Amino acid sequence: MNSISNIIDWFVNIGVLNMAMIALIYLTVFAVLGLFLVLLERKVAAWFQLRIGPNRVGYLGLFQTIADALKLVSKELTGTVKADKFLYNLAPYFVIVTSLMALAVFPFTQDLQAFDINIGIFFLIAISSVGVIGILLGGWSSNNKFALIGAMRSGVQTISYELSVGLSLLTMVILTGSLQLSEIIEVQKSGWLIVQGHIPAIIAFMIFMISGTAETNRAPFDMVEAESELGAGYHTEYSGMKFAYFFLAEFINMFIIAAIATTVFFGGWLSPFGITDSLPWLGLFWFLAKTFVLVFLMMWFRWTFPRLRVDQLLTLEWKYLLPINLVNLVIMAVIVWLNLIIQF
Amino acid sequence: MGYFSNIYHAIGTLLTGMKVTGKYFLNARKGAITQQYPDNRDTLKMFERFRGEVVMPHDENNEHSCTGCQKCEIACPNGSIEIIWDRIIVPETGKKKKAIDQHIFHLGMCTQCGLCVDACPTDAIKWGQNFENSVYDRTQLTRILNKPGSKVRAGVEE
Repeated sequence: MNSISNIIDWFVNIGVLNMAMIALIYLTVFAVLGLFLVLLERKVAAWFQLRIGPNRVGYLGLFQTIADALKLVSKELTGTVKADKFLYNLAPYFVIVTSLMALAVFPFTQDLQAFDINIGIFFLIAISSVGVIGILLGGWSSNNKFALIGAMRSGVQTISYELSVGLSLLTMVILTGSLQLSEIIEVQKSGWLIVQGHIPAIIAFMIFMISGTAETNRAPFDMVEAESELGAGYHTEYSGMKFAYFFLAEFINMFIIAAIATTVFFGGWLSPFGITDSLPWLGLFWFLAKTFVLVFLMMWFRWTFPRLRVDQLLTLEWKYLLPINLVNLVIMAVIVWLNLIIQF
Repeated sequence: MGYFSNIYHAIGTLLTGMKVTGKYFLNARKGAITQQYPDNRDTLKMFERFRGEVVMPHDENNEHSCTGCQKCEIACPNGSIEIIWDRIIVPETGKKKKAIDQHIFHLGMCTQCGLCVDACPTDAIKWGQNFENSVYDRTQLTRILNKPGSKVRAGVEE
């Protein structure tokens, strides 16, 4: 009994109500953000293909994805007869919850950080690979061969590219000496890490963007849902809001990858050359501006490059990215040891 | 050293691709190929090669150049063209001559293959640029291409 009351005390002390409110705000903001990322993707895709894109619903088509979401909410939730019902229903929540959990640790600006954990980067890497369990569950339980193939490919891809994500971030952690995200930002007050770490940092950034794109299962690494081969991949059998969860999670994951890159390589909410240091709330603007530039870069990748074959995917990771990453890690260690970093 | 030159070339080709799409992205505003169809109905002009329907151009004297040779009717794979013809007596020479009464074109059956237009020796039939072909009644898709009272242009047959 005593231990239970201790736990309750602990919950009350840290403020369950506060936590719930923060969680609710984050949930709302990022659900809307996810919707607008979908819209942005469609617009950017249209511009890359010399089209116009959605421009009918609302001013300049701004409410297109909101209308789409409303439509998806009103759709019937279908499933296959032989589906494993429990896992089938669980899978979308796995995917969306893990991607929303990752958002908690980002410092959007100086004081706007929900959860300043001292192993922030480790948490992000760990959480981002939990999402693949949701994909595997969805693919397995929906009793559909396309979904299963998609899910298995996702497993292969995420397990391989997880290494590169981890190692490229580790390269930067050598420079910062801390896994805590607020600490990492603090270090960058004397120059963004991509400048401080110069050559190895740029290589690490390139590797991170490549493997990050693979982590989010987006083109050119979209073998997971490869429309031309697998229907819709792991979410072939999902409809309505459950499908929307998968879809939303993909876009929030893209935002997360871009936000990690912003935090670790481009100084997070710090303004370039400290031009707006007197206005701390502008940090949010700088964070989002940098993140959206990187999101745009990922969209640019998507609408330029053709899809890789699965053997090419594994060759790229195991023969190129991983060895380069390991060498890069050593180079970075030597540079930090000899204090060759560039600081202002 | 093939390993490193591979990486170098890979990055080079990727950047080339991104340059191409980047150019498209920047020009998307003025170069968009999308036609916002019902809105630009008045200004929309179909391109030269567009195959909307088969038409028979008539000049200002209400004359066409169809001699009634029926090559189009033979060329049509699914019988979309029917030609009702007759022999008329040419007043100048007193000889009998083949002339069309009605050139019937069934748009409802036409697959826009273009064999009739290719087969026509006198360029009497052409592709029209009209694409708003929906009607409420199927019979309206059967069109008589030669206008009433029209006749073949003199000198086409030679």
